[in-house]
Amino acid sequence: MSLEPATVRRIAKLARLGIDDAEIAQLQVELGGILGWIEQLSELDVEGVEPISGVGQAALRMRADVVTDGATREAVLSNAPDRAGPFFSVPKVVE
Amino acid sequence: MMLTDLSLAGALRGLERREFSSRELTQAHLEAIEQLNPRLNAFITVTGEQALEAAEAADRTRAGGEAAALTGAPLGIKDLFCTEGVRTTAASRILQNFVPPYESTVTAQLKRDGAVVLGKTNLDEFAMGSSNMNSAYGPVENPWQRRGEVARRVPGGAAGGPPAAVAARLPRGATGTDTGGSIRQPASFCGIVGIKPTYGRCSRWGVVAFASSLDQAGPLARTVEDCAILLGSMAGFDPKDSTSVDRPVPDYRAACGCSVKGLRIGVPVEYRSPGMSAEIEALWRQGVDWLREAGCEIVDVSLPHTKYGLATYYIVAPAECSSNLARYDGVRFGERVEGETLDALYERSRAAGFGPEVRRRILIGTYVLSSGYYDAFYLRAQKVRSLILRDFSEAFQRVDALLTPTAPSAAFAQGEKMDDPVTMYLNDIFTVPASMAGIPGLSVPGGLDEAGLPLGLQLLGRPFDEESLFALGSVLEKAAGFTHLPAVRAGAAS
Repeated sequence: MSLEPATVRRIAKLARLGIDDAEIAQLQVELGGILGWIEQLSELDVEGVEPISGVGQAALRMRADVVTDGATREAVLSNAPDRAGPFFSVPKVVE
Repeated sequence: MMLTDLSLAGALRGLERREFSSRELTQAHLEAIEQLNPRLNAFITVTGEQALEAAEAADRTRAGGEAAALTGAPLGIKDLFCTEGVRTTAASRILQNFVPPYESTVTAQLKRDGAVVLGKTNLDEFAMGSSNMNSAYGPVENPWQRRGEVARRVPGGAAGGPPAAVAARLPRGATGTDTGGSIRQPASFCGIVGIKPTYGRCSRWGVVAFASSLDQAGPLARTVEDCAILLGSMAGFDPKDSTSVDRPVPDYRAACGCSVKGLRIGVPVEYRSPGMSAEIEALWRQGVDWLREAGCEIVDVSLPHTKYGLATYYIVAPAECSSNLARYDGVRFGERVEGETLDALYERSRAAGFGPEVRRRILIGTYVLSSGYYDAFYLRAQKVRSLILRDFSEAFQRVDALLTPTAPSAAFAQGEKMDDPVTMYLNDIFTVPASMAGIPGLSVPGGLDEAGLPLGLQLLGRPFDEESLFALGSVLEKAAGFTHLPAVRAGAAS
């Protein structure tokens, strides 16, 4: 199984992952190989089986809706690759 | 005997009796790291100064007549646990300058109990891999070699640093995380003990996320008892992790000496894969005999969906990975590559920051979650996961624990299995099903193969029954009498 180049480009776009045109051919083969292999699950009958997203026994715990921390602006911004005062900076997004 | 030769329990005893100080012990480990890390590459960051300060503080605590479970014991921390003020890379370029302003719950608990942190150990990037060849900080070498060969072998993965370091006696013990086998498979490859506890037993808070429904922290050490001591500090309820389970932490160390008489041990027929090597099959049979001699009853059981475990894993884990790793956007933290537009900034930052295996998994995960493929891949995998869980639940109605080999082979050479990602994935065949079911698994060294490389046996237990695994693991450990040593280790002539 080999993926179409357009499919590789589409999922890379969805994942916001830049890929060079030169990488496409190899990714077609690698991703196609993995997907072809995991497709073996289609031979199983899963009619009526309840899907699970994890193994937690019950519903996730909820905490009280109260403020638990705050006033940590410098800590939050301490790893920002680029900041402008108390803000994260990004390229202009609105014309 | 050198200080670095002692087990964790032995070192704690020596500290208690004032035979040596934590400073002397820590110094011995730092010297061993200085000598061997340039070759093994087991540590990404060594925090020598902080370690010595912590050791001196531990010595003062002991001098004051107080001591906690780990006071003065030098450990390695997988570089996936956030450590306040100490760079945490997840072995990725994208986090090469990331200094967390907070501490993970697991490492905070180890420090609370007096542990001395020697540094941050190497791993496959974001814990994705089975060989530790995928680290942005270079591969880790397994301290074990085939007899008469010099080819460097992999320590297993995703976390090759902790077991390689522990086997070479650089730290006393180390933390790991296990998503599909990343504690158990490398423990087997490096001839040490490792346990993945039940999902929910250790807090995931502050651990860099890979696949959140599978990730679970656990210890690696040279003996079963050492792992029990470490898990006792690492485990426990944490309100900051919504999947953390609120139940008391038992005395795991006490469980190590418990009788296993009358326990029923299941041998899953499906783990006898056709290609299994005769040596691994023989070791497995030997393990069964050891447990029978200790008074266990051996029962054949069936886990019919075993063969689908890996394929299910390689849908679920990449799906969760693609979602978790969306946070690396070049804006809030991590490396940035500038672009004219916001999308260009995202795409360039992520292309430059992630290595090939991480990119592959993000792409696979995005594909199986994308419109039109979700039902055929992700939803189907969630249903098969349900069947895998049911297999284990049914088996545990008849038996108390399961015994299997840990990995389908001994450590392979660096560079092997690199051509096809699927070949590499097959390494996790025996460890992945337990991860999918969230049950605890312990790997214990059982013996050497004919080339002199260690092979592990895996015990799987009911949810939250780590105690039975420690009891059974101690029996296997004693019967195996595994005293072999790797070629490369602290104190060995190099």
